[in-house]
Amino acid sequence: MLSKKHLLRTTDLTYDDFMQILQTAVMFEEVNERRIKKVPALRGRTVVNMFFEPSTRTRGSFELAEKRLSCDTMNMGGSTSSTVKGESLKDTILTLNAMKVDCYVVRSSHAGAPYQVAKYTDACVIDAGDGKHQHPTQALLDLYTIWRRKGGFDGLRVGIVGDIAHSRVCGSLVPALKILGAHVTLIAPQTLLPARPDVLGADAVTADLDAALPELDVVYMLRVQMERLEGAPFPSLREYNMLFGLTRERDALMRPDAIICHPGPINRGVELDSYMADHPERSVILDQVYAGLCVRMSVLYLLLGGNENDITA
Amino acid sequence: MTLLLKGARLIDPQVALDAVADVKIADDGTIAEIGPNLDAAGCEVRDLSGRILIPGLMDCHVHLREPGQEYKEDVYTGTLASAYGGFTDIVSMPNTTPETDNADVVELVKKAAAKAGFVHVHPSGACTKDRKGQALSEMGDMVRHGIVMVTDDGCNVQDAGMMRTVMDYAVQFDIPVSSHCQDAGLVGKGQVNEGVVSTRLGLTGWPSQGEEVHVDRDIRIGELTGCHTHIQHLTTGRALDIVRAGKARGAKVTCEVTPHHMFLNEDYIKESYDTNYKVNPPLRTKADNEAIIAGVIDGTVDIIVTDHAPHAAYEKEREFELAPFGMIGIETSLASILTFLVGPGKIDYNRMIELMCVNPRKLVHLPEVKLAAGSVADLTVFDPEIEWDVTEDCFHSKSNNSGFIGFHLKGKATDTFVAGKPVLVDGVVAE
Repeated sequence: MLSKKHLLRTTDLTYDDFMQILQTAVMFEEVNERRIKKVPALRGRTVVNMFFEPSTRTRGSFELAEKRLSCDTMNMGGSTSSTVKGESLKDTILTLNAMKVDCYVVRSSHAGAPYQVAKYTDACVIDAGDGKHQHPTQALLDLYTIWRRKGGFDGLRVGIVGDIAHSRVCGSLVPALKILGAHVTLIAPQTLLPARPDVLGADAVTADLDAALPELDVVYMLRVQMERLEGAPFPSLREYNMLFGLTRERDALMRPDAIICHPGPINRGVELDSYMADHPERSVILDQVYAGLCVRMSVLYLLLGGNENDITA
Repeated sequence: MTLLLKGARLIDPQVALDAVADVKIADDGTIAEIGPNLDAAGCEVRDLSGRILIPGLMDCHVHLREPGQEYKEDVYTGTLASAYGGFTDIVSMPNTTPETDNADVVELVKKAAAKAGFVHVHPSGACTKDRKGQALSEMGDMVRHGIVMVTDDGCNVQDAGMMRTVMDYAVQFDIPVSSHCQDAGLVGKGQVNEGVVSTRLGLTGWPSQGEEVHVDRDIRIGELTGCHTHIQHLTTGRALDIVRAGKARGAKVTCEVTPHHMFLNEDYIKESYDTNYKVNPPLRTKADNEAIIAGVIDGTVDIIVTDHAPHAAYEKEREFELAPFGMIGIETSLASILTFLVGPGKIDYNRMIELMCVNPRKLVHLPEVKLAAGSVADLTVFDPEIEWDVTEDCFHSKSNNSGFIGFHLKGKATDTFVAGKPVLVDGVVAE
């Protein structure tokens, strides 16, 4: 059992919570290797996926995780959402509550929306990304990937490069890495930094990628979010790639065993050159996608109180 | 019939008065006589022993929402709430629908206020048409119909050249131009103070400097034009320093602060994203609280206002970024000042009366209200010993979006007299 009823932010979780989620995900990795990839662990439980913002991989990953745990699922969002008819989030939740829902998975472009959902329901709530605030399952899948490759977090040097200011990934990942004992460097121009990076827990902040790279065990490249760029924070994609892109030339600056993470989808030629994105030893980007499935199964299982006999049997 | 108010402690620094005495109010709504043990013959007597009687409280920054947003508040409920808060006079803000940028809307507000009869309402008018910052409003016509100041409250005139035109034009009417200081370029879609909380909650920051550059700008345009610049709800220590410097070099500038910017700060905005704390300008830091309270004590701050900004519950229940800015305040203002400033001895009653009774009238050139024979009997009476809890359902406003819910306050208005007429009587307004 986790120490919290909902998964709303990584700053809520204890060291033990993190390790329990990661260790449980290992169990689901085994399930996902089977020919029949489905277990009855959450049979009869109803999960509503509320995606008020476009999402492909997170939504797909949650849906698959729910199905492989035998949940009944309902998808809401986009043009099917009642919010486009003017219904408030509160009324949407009250309506769904009336249909006896066990869990809400909430993605919203507004920070704090999952907290408001949690206020109006007894069901458990999982934040699947809220505005610029948090994206806890993304952080968990990143942690899982790093843990599987590096074996632990203590003293691990992680550099996060790019649009920190608009990144809900950072909002979840930086505090999580700090709870687990890693050293975190944020690498970005000030136009892409939040007001107080120290509040997230960053140990160091720099705009000099070349100086930072040789120290790093993990290089986490953030996506340039074309849709979120307000006020043109850098002059051109060309210059961004020159200053903050992980180019082939920068391969030589990296430690031999350094790995490359990216939350996807990739803008090839902007934050990542194809050579680095597809690097057979360094790139763990597809491992992250797989980890996403296993970790989301783990979170759903732990929050909804699944039975271990239903997995191993 | 003549009214005799017996036994209250009368305080008024304008006439160096602090004594227990009686007040006789004549039929014409003026104070007939003040003195100890006045003859009660032929008078209706009210015993106000144990209470404090001062010149009527005046709030220069109130959103009554009528016309157009009556689901949030209307003139009747807004002025009723004002009476319960102990106020006898308020200045209404012009961001109505349609905007109060012409004499017709001014008349509408005045008529509704006269009909309700709970307080004197002095409307303010927009300084530009539709508050769009592009063309002058008919402020001359509005002045003839009774507005006491102009302001594009809520957004401020963004173009400095246009603000110069507004002030150049307003000078002839001898009214203050009231500035809602925010530079649109710096503030953008800011939701909360930029810093710790904006980072932690992933909300767009509203930096202090977005306010401060306009405080400086509008004081300087005031100096250029000779216009009286009034800075609305100032929130930062540095903004106060700018006002201080302006006053020191002789600029015609005054400023106001709100209880919520003195007694609440960004630390109240927690992971629950309580939208009652979403206000514009935003709640700042604890250090700013202390700095502006220091300004209240040392005289840099001229008046205390509430920026009473009612919003319907369903609007405030939305996602933080979608919820409107503003909190109500007129029913907690006096009590919060008594609890957090007068109670602990940071200011005395005299200073409170300057900030909440004397200077507000001075700002908009209303006749003085004094505890002296001949003055109009706009009076506030409060009991400094009443302790009460601010709860969701304690308000008489149509809305209850208060950031002070859960606070325990000491002191409460018990009576008001508006032009001699009892409105709030022993804590109740007869409707």
